[in-house]
Amino acid sequence: MKFDSPAAANPIDRLKVIGRPLDRIDGPLKTTGTAPYAYERHDIVADPAYGHVIGATIAKGRITAMDLSAAERAPGVLAVVTAQNAGALTKGNYNTAHLLGGPAIQHYHQAVALVVAESFEQARAAAHLVRIDYKAEPGSFDLYTAKGAATAPEPTDLTGPIDTHIGDFPRAYAQAAVRLDETYTTPDQSHAMMEPHATLARWEGDRLTVWTSNQMVAWSTGELATTLGLPPEKVRLISPYIGGGFGSKLFLRADVVLAALGARAAGRPVKVALQRPLIANNTTHRPATIQRIRLGAERDGTISAIGHESWSGDLEGGGPETAVGQTRLLYAGANRMTSMRLAVLDLPEGNAMRAPGEAPGLMALEIAMDEMAEKLGIDPVEFRIRNDTQVDPEHPERPFSARPFAQCLRLGAERFGWDRRNARPGQIRDGRWLIGLGMAAGFRNNLLAKSGARVRLDSRGIVTVETDMTDIGTGSYTIIAQTAAEMMGVPMDQVQVVLGDSSFPVSAGSGGQWGAASSTAGVYAACMKLREEVARKMSFNSADAEFVDGEVRVGNRSAKLRAAAAEGDLVAEDSMEYGDIAEKMQQSTFAGHFVEVAVDSATGESRIRRMLAVCAAGRILNPKSARSQVIGAMTMGAGAALMEELAVDTKRGFFVNHDLAGYEVPVHADIPHQEVVFLDETDPMSTPLKAKGVGELGICGVGAAVANAIYNATGARVRDYPITLDKHLDRLPEIA
Amino acid sequence: MRPFTYERAATPAAAAAAAARTQGARFIAGGTNLLDLMKLQIETPPHLIDVNELGLDTIEATEQGGLRIGALVSNTDLAADQRVRRDYELLARALLTGASGQLRNKATTAGNLLQRTRCPYFYDTAQPCNKRKPGSGCAAIGGFTRQLAIIGASEACIATHPSDMAVALRALDATVETVQADGSARAFPIAEFHRLPGDTPHVETALEPGELITAVVLPKPLGGRQIYRKVRDRASYAFALVSVGAVLQPDGSGRVALGGVAHKPWRVEAAEREMPRGANAVVGPLLAGARPTRENAFKITLVERTLASILVEARG
Repeated sequence: MKFDSPAAANPIDRLKVIGRPLDRIDGPLKTTGTAPYAYERHDIVADPAYGHVIGATIAKGRITAMDLSAAERAPGVLAVVTAQNAGALTKGNYNTAHLLGGPAIQHYHQAVALVVAESFEQARAAAHLVRIDYKAEPGSFDLYTAKGAATAPEPTDLTGPIDTHIGDFPRAYAQAAVRLDETYTTPDQSHAMMEPHATLARWEGDRLTVWTSNQMVAWSTGELATTLGLPPEKVRLISPYIGGGFGSKLFLRADVVLAALGARAAGRPVKVALQRPLIANNTTHRPATIQRIRLGAERDGTISAIGHESWSGDLEGGGPETAVGQTRLLYAGANRMTSMRLAVLDLPEGNAMRAPGEAPGLMALEIAMDEMAEKLGIDPVEFRIRNDTQVDPEHPERPFSARPFAQCLRLGAERFGWDRRNARPGQIRDGRWLIGLGMAAGFRNNLLAKSGARVRLDSRGIVTVETDMTDIGTGSYTIIAQTAAEMMGVPMDQVQVVLGDSSFPVSAGSGGQWGAASSTAGVYAACMKLREEVARKMSFNSADAEFVDGEVRVGNRSAKLRAAAAEGDLVAEDSMEYGDIAEKMQQSTFAGHFVEVAVDSATGESRIRRMLAVCAAGRILNPKSARSQVIGAMTMGAGAALMEELAVDTKRGFFVNHDLAGYEVPVHADIPHQEVVFLDETDPMSTPLKAKGVGELGICGVGAAVANAIYNATGARVRDYPITLDKHLDRLPEIA
Repeated sequence: MRPFTYERAATPAAAAAAAARTQGARFIAGGTNLLDLMKLQIETPPHLIDVNELGLDTIEATEQGGLRIGALVSNTDLAADQRVRRDYELLARALLTGASGQLRNKATTAGNLLQRTRCPYFYDTAQPCNKRKPGSGCAAIGGFTRQLAIIGASEACIATHPSDMAVALRALDATVETVQADGSARAFPIAEFHRLPGDTPHVETALEPGELITAVVLPKPLGGRQIYRKVRDRASYAFALVSVGAVLQPDGSGRVALGGVAHKPWRVEAAEREMPRGANAVVGPLLAGARPTRENAFKITLVERTLASILVEARG
């Protein structure tokens, strides 16, 4: 099915199941510990061997010698896999460095060996017996020193244009009545998901099956086949449950490749979980950025010039953090420029982390907007609304499909009690705490991708949905079941959803907040086809048939739905593809984020007191799971604002705090109160369900809202994230 | 984890004797730190002596009017003890800022004193660390030092001691009681228990090989306002950037001990004479000779401001 005109009225609009805050159908499995995660597939393989990954202990250089003999002789050891004995491996398209390194070492903790043994403990003990000698080479590990040598990267579909110029930015900026020119920095961040990258691999002859934890089944199946030199049809990847990914599991990673190689070498199934201390340096991370923002405005607050430049680093062959993207679309302004520059760093490879681009980009842009509002003496909410635009500012002929941005901000201000904010910073006290309110805009584009599904109706009236879509804790199972239930007119308990298997129709997968809207559209397409099959079987005119309460009705005639499958299952498969609507109209999602913080006037510790997000993301398919997505994202935004930072050892070239003790993410005590409001909205330009993504919108802007609240509390502006106490301690008031 | 042998000791003296018999043997109680370190092969004891059945898990009044805390009293039980809450509020408060409820349930009084540093380079076995592998060097010096020591460090080591409890015990002038391998008992002040790194950062305490802590003794209550402030990036479950424990008397005198700044709980009794003159006057002599890095120089200001805030709270 092709979506190339605005969605008309359709069965989804009945909203008998869609739009309801239903519990997750996989909830009981999660709460009882019975959801089968990759490392726990005891049902598949009763006695797997265990692999322990060895990471390189230099950042750059070569392995000069490897002695495996002691490890190979150790109790229980079945095999030791290295690049030397693994056979030819081809690098995939989505990873920059080799997933099994050696002799060349491209980054710290790059996997260089897998020790396979009868037990986990034996594999771990033997791994310490592998002797590896390295010759380290000097590398480039510091973005700040490499910045000067940064160059314009090659544009790709992911980056968009590297440099943009609209109007005459330099002139408009120079002539602006009020100007701001500031530089902001965001640090490297780690996804820090709960479930480590983990894989169970089994060979049957030349066929490989991996049970793993991956957001993008089709991508990674293809990448695994490429890496191992296998025909794609010989590889099956199964990923039904994922304990968090946030982008770290978009791609094939070392656990999958090593488990497959280990299983081949050991001649039996092998499972591998990346050890937690390896994850930060072995896998991907959100790259650090340096961002310069220039704003020029008239005295009335009209932006006349907006410029955003970003510098980031990556391994040779990697890509930039696209931190300037939102600045091309969020605010009006006749004269505009953006640019991205990329430095070569020999740190581990950077890649997508929840809302890549917008998350760090808005952390900078939305502080700049707060600073500019203060310079202008205009309320920050009002300043943003004054520069709202209903069209793509670079292409005024191209409208937004829906843009209730001002509504998000106004409603947020009202709900949050924004009028109680004192525009003069550093004025409000509660005992020893300085109190501040801050806000920021949230913005994230609505990305859509082709997504397929297969639906089956059986003689009991059960509708089964199969798609390689994944549920990364987001609620995919539930919204897909809701979609099928709505389309086929059956209750939720008559729907079964099976996900995450590469033998199923290819879906959009989970990433870039495209999963919910794209995958449910694919299920819609398949259900439309099944409805036709059912109608044909019953000799109904499918266009007139109503599917409701387990029946099919046309006029006065009705029949049980299950009767259509009395002689055998009815199966329909289809996918949803997209025409050029997205080119004609800009589809985005919007939010207003509001935060109250308290800053200890003595120590400078910042603690959030409450947070509010007002979100516009089209039709909300399930307000409960959507809310969970948004509060999780707000929490991640709070972490980015206050504590998350991969500390770079710029001498030795690695992220030092590479475990969950050293890399701090918020705990419950950091997040006392969150509120989420969804605007009652549909976007018929998106999909037949009129829904858009929401899982990343929730993080976009949060960091700046926290930063702006801290400034409002203290009067000391911090432009370098995370906003830890040492960055404003010397600017806090005297202790009386 | 390296294979190890294991035994369960019946008496403190037997435990100490057993430990002396096997070089590198370690006692294990709650295991909240040791087991993690063994999994990473930072600690590789060939032999473990389980001390969980030695008794030593009661808190008793002493003839001097203080409390004797058994070595195996859990952090949870110690923090909840009514006498501790009433008379040694500093200790109860310090304990409750540490770790998590689950960890405090397992962690013991003696184990808390003996926990190892949280320096990230100590935890990365690929990096040189004089504490983990004597003579290998120190990757932290010149590396990422934000959390590390500002005073009392050496060219060999700039690690800090992570305990909150030990800071309170230092301010309260606790005494550590032990039994040695030959069965003899001894006691020494907490001030002499933890060592500065010097050239031997792997030697962290005054304990002799095999020596087992049996109790920590608190002198009679000090009274006064007792305030413990732990300053950290997140609100809970994090080690201190700095912590300040203070006991302040109505006449303006008082005591102060610091965590997060040195290889041991940091206290300079002479500096406390300045307490009536305020935080700035105290911190001068308290942190005299501090040699912070660019990344952790803020700790000096932070100590002063935190102490100043405590003094305000104590007056209020």
